[in-house]
Amino acid sequence: MSLAYNPTVARLTYRALLGRKRAMILFCLPVLLIAISVAVRALTGADDQVAADVLGGFALATMVPLIGVIAGTGAIGPEIDDGSVVYLLSKPVKRPTIIFTKLIVAIGVTMAFSAVPTFIAGMILNGNGQQVAVAYTIAALVASIAYAALFLLLGTITKHAVVFGLVYALVWETLFGSLVEGARTLSVQQWALALAEKVAGNDLVKSDVGLPAAIVLLAAVTAGATWYAGQKLRSLTLAGDD
Amino acid sequence: MATIEIDHASRWFGNVVAVNDVTMTIGPGVTGLLGPNGAGKSTLINMMGGFLSPSTGSVTLDGRPIWRNEQIYKEIGLVPEREAMYDFLTGWEFVLANAELHGLGKKAAQLAIATVEMEYAQDRKISTYSKGMRQRVKMASALVHDPSVLLLDEPFNGMDPRQRMHLMDLLRRMGAEGRTVLFSSHILEEVEQLASHIEVIVAGRHAASGDFRRIRRLMTDRPHRYTVRSSDDRKLAAALIADPSTAGIEVDLTEGALLIQAVDFGRFTELLPRVARDQGIRLLTVSPSDESLESVFSYLVTA
Repeated sequence: MSLAYNPTVARLTYRALLGRKRAMILFCLPVLLIAISVAVRALTGADDQVAADVLGGFALATMVPLIGVIAGTGAIGPEIDDGSVVYLLSKPVKRPTIIFTKLIVAIGVTMAFSAVPTFIAGMILNGNGQQVAVAYTIAALVASIAYAALFLLLGTITKHAVVFGLVYALVWETLFGSLVEGARTLSVQQWALALAEKVAGNDLVKSDVGLPAAIVLLAAVTAGATWYAGQKLRSLTLAGDD
Repeated sequence: MATIEIDHASRWFGNVVAVNDVTMTIGPGVTGLLGPNGAGKSTLINMMGGFLSPSTGSVTLDGRPIWRNEQIYKEIGLVPEREAMYDFLTGWEFVLANAELHGLGKKAAQLAIATVEMEYAQDRKISTYSKGMRQRVKMASALVHDPSVLLLDEPFNGMDPRQRMHLMDLLRRMGAEGRTVLFSSHILEEVEQLASHIEVIVAGRHAASGDFRRIRRLMTDRPHRYTVRSSDDRKLAAALIADPSTAGIEVDLTEGALLIQAVDFGRFTELLPRVARDQGIRLLTVSPSDESLESVFSYLVTA
């Protein structure tokens, strides 16, 4: 598989992602996180445990996957839905190149709208005490990569990518993950936490997955999803209107 | 010379057969793909454009498969029927992006926009364009790389007469330059004006092929049905059936009318008023009962 980056595909993807109404959520969630952090800091003062709870409970568990769903599925889903993807595909550009470029854009957007606000929120909450802000920022960065790849694949294979994405992000990772032991091993959030665990002090961050397993799983999911999306795009069919 | 070869191609979706064992060759010049709505024209064009695999058979361009072969787009320009394009871009940005995806630059984009005469609106957002303007920008996006094959799905839909004429001129020019131009339409007059060669598709089957004179003849030579009411139906029927241009007459008592089947269209249209005058019969109603395009087409399939 050749992994080339196509600047034209990237430009079209950025403009499509940030120009749609859905993009409002991209702006709203980080604003909400920072507003919560300001409120918490004002009410409880700087507290390492509270900071870890807010960043772990809201930023990493809810905001990062949601941003990932919007950026990942939005990088290709709407184009396939309305058929404008024809203009991309009727070109002598390798399909894996299109997917790889869209992945880079989706990762970039997810990181910008999730990891950056996570860091700012961490600084507000406890001034990066016990490295909590840095730890969760690293977790958000790593999770952004895997989420973007997973949801880009979803956007390529199904019309209902947003619904499936939300179900995965909210039901599987949040609800199921806290009830069923096995589900937690198969969770992007837990893999990202495994990295954060090594950074933060005083057991403030905990993961159910060991670091080596987490790294292998992250890499495998990202590479596998990207490869499969490229294959699916190669045989994308457009049924006629008639 | 670019030639699209469709060889015993069929395509079905579940239980529905959209294209049924079609074999045709599309060579240089303008070819019209004619057929009623739902006949499978889009399915066929999608197969020629590499966006659908034939369920059986093959679709090739100069011997190379089109399906899953992105290098083929160096030679093919595609104008889809669907309206969706990158509406948030200006016409210029859109055509330039298309040129860049072909590894070309501003010069190619400028040339393509000039070809469709859209310079005056190139800096407006596509979302503000009329249907005809969109069609022209789509056309420019398909022309940026100077393709030898041009595939257009219902390109005249929603165009006003002036835009239609402009696009016809452009396509005629493309054909005269030796390009292989294929467009689909469900309107015979449209196809007749433009295409030197016509392929007719009805209900997924290849119904007829040839130049427009041949297709026109096939369509007018078919049996015509008329409903006729007159001052003396039986007398008229007796006089008409004596002539070989009439194949059958039914006296419909409940409707109080004659149902006439004519085999020689030209001769019958002269015969009817003459017979009526000679016999002193007043004609009250003369109406063709199956002039719909669908019945014309279905005649072609069974012929």
